[in-house]
Amino acid sequence: MRGLAAAPAAPDIYIPYIVPSVDLVVVSVLGADRVGIVAGITSVLARHNANIVDIAQTVVRDIFSMVMVVDISKADVDIAGLRAELEEVGRKLGVMVAVHHIDVFRYMQRI
Amino acid sequence: MRAFSPEEIGEVLEMVLFRELDIRAVTLSVNTLPAIRGDVGSALSALRSLLGPHLERFRPAVDKIAAKLGVRIVTARLAVSPVSVMLEPLGRAEDAVEIAKALDDLAETHGVDMVGGFAAFVHAGVSRGDRALIDALPDALNSTKRLGGFVNAASTATGINMDAVLEAAKAVLSMRPEAAARFAVTANVPEDVPFMPAAHHGLGLPDAVINVAVSGPGVIEAVVRNMKDADLRTLHDAIKRAAFKVTRLGELVGREVARELGVRFGAVDLSVAPSPKVGDSVAGILEAMGLPRAGAPGSVLALHLFVDAVKKGGAMATSTIGGLSGAFIPVSEDALMAKAAEEGALGFDSLKAMSAVCNTGIDMAGIPGDAPPDVVAALVADVMALATALDKPLGVRLVPIPGGRPGDVYELGGLYGRVVVMDLGRYREIPLARRSGVVPPSVWRLRAG
Repeated sequence: MRGLAAAPAAPDIYIPYIVPSVDLVVVSVLGADRVGIVAGITSVLARHNANIVDIAQTVVRDIFSMVMVVDISKADVDIAGLRAELEEVGRKLGVMVAVHHIDVFRYMQRI
Repeated sequence: MRAFSPEEIGEVLEMVLFRELDIRAVTLSVNTLPAIRGDVGSALSALRSLLGPHLERFRPAVDKIAAKLGVRIVTARLAVSPVSVMLEPLGRAEDAVEIAKALDDLAETHGVDMVGGFAAFVHAGVSRGDRALIDALPDALNSTKRLGGFVNAASTATGINMDAVLEAAKAVLSMRPEAAARFAVTANVPEDVPFMPAAHHGLGLPDAVINVAVSGPGVIEAVVRNMKDADLRTLHDAIKRAAFKVTRLGELVGREVARELGVRFGAVDLSVAPSPKVGDSVAGILEAMGLPRAGAPGSVLALHLFVDAVKKGGAMATSTIGGLSGAFIPVSEDALMAKAAEEGALGFDSLKAMSAVCNTGIDMAGIPGDAPPDVVAALVADVMALATALDKPLGVRLVPIPGGRPGDVYELGGLYGRVVVMDLGRYREIPLARRSGVVPPSVWRLRAG
């Protein structure tokens, strides 16, 4: 995975084994199931040249849930810009959208 | 192969989105001693030129990292060198008030939520600068909004300065509730606390460091609530695992902000700080373990189990543990602690007992505005005694409520929450609190050589 490639650390800051993965974000979507959620979210990603590298989607008792790992290294927006746009689309679709950097998961779920 | 399973991602999302897991504070700690001057005007302008470049970049860096990671950073704070040291050449209380106001203005101008370090270390005696600071305490705190301060009146190495305890008690009684909430009397205060009001830039630190304070009691409460029938060892293990994840988020944020600012990353304080929000309560954790209310018999045991698990989980999550790194039980800042106090389940005696296993002491408890100084000083001294006898940091932060009677509630708002006036007991005079001098250090001192 490209996100695991070594990146130079700032001097004086010791980073033992977790190197920054500057280009992977986790997009999560949660809400009542309806037509067009996947299309609405993924069209934003495509428009900004953000590449979906992993996707998991379920509908349990009419609750739609989708988690995507997205590579934004070649995208034309940064994570904050992408979040703002996806949240706006989420509002229109009536679903909650959250965007987190993958380092949050890496730090909390890996020793 | 997937980097993370949907369950792993779901667990983090639940913590961050629904269990109030956030970063309580990113604290930029700056050495301000180079701004020491012989007159207050020059000192203030040196202070502004020294802090300005740091502060211009600080808030934007914190906001940038919060946006990048998708994690809430509730406050950005500044810690400065103990102001008493700057006051050594000046020696006047009015100069102390000027410095206090200047720090408050700097914080407001640069979007810094609080600035800590209006502090004096007087555990073995009061110097010229300490005297100026102590004399200025009520004015300095009453005339600012974002300034935090403390008087370190006891240490394991040197004992308890009872003169300072009594003076600090009198100073607290002259403060408005909003001001008293930003002041503590401390013992053994560490050099790298990111939490207010104990934050300051310790003398052993480099010119600038980032220290981080985590939050997230809601995460641990949810874990405990899901383990109704678990035995204690299993429960302890589950808390430990959750605490690891909470602290890990602090480690990540600290590294990122430090990198962004180009300053050293100092420490993570793994204390799980509550807030007045529903579902963000340390008392909620204790009650979920099986207490009818915080303060009930069993509270010391529950808190001990919780703190021990948090320390063990947190120790693995960050290599540099700093600050207070225990458990916080601030009464007003924790909705269920406040409720327990309001119902009479939680009193000063139970808070003192819980101080033996936490790292707060008596924190954010309301007292009547006309409380006798003797009684307040004696209460503070009890906590100082615990801190020196047990060799740990503790503090006392009391909020005098004008006209308040036990059971009354005063809304401070924000992170401070609802202050409940608690019963100080029936005595008006405690002559012991007026004996002058320093209580000698305990036997811990001899063990240290």
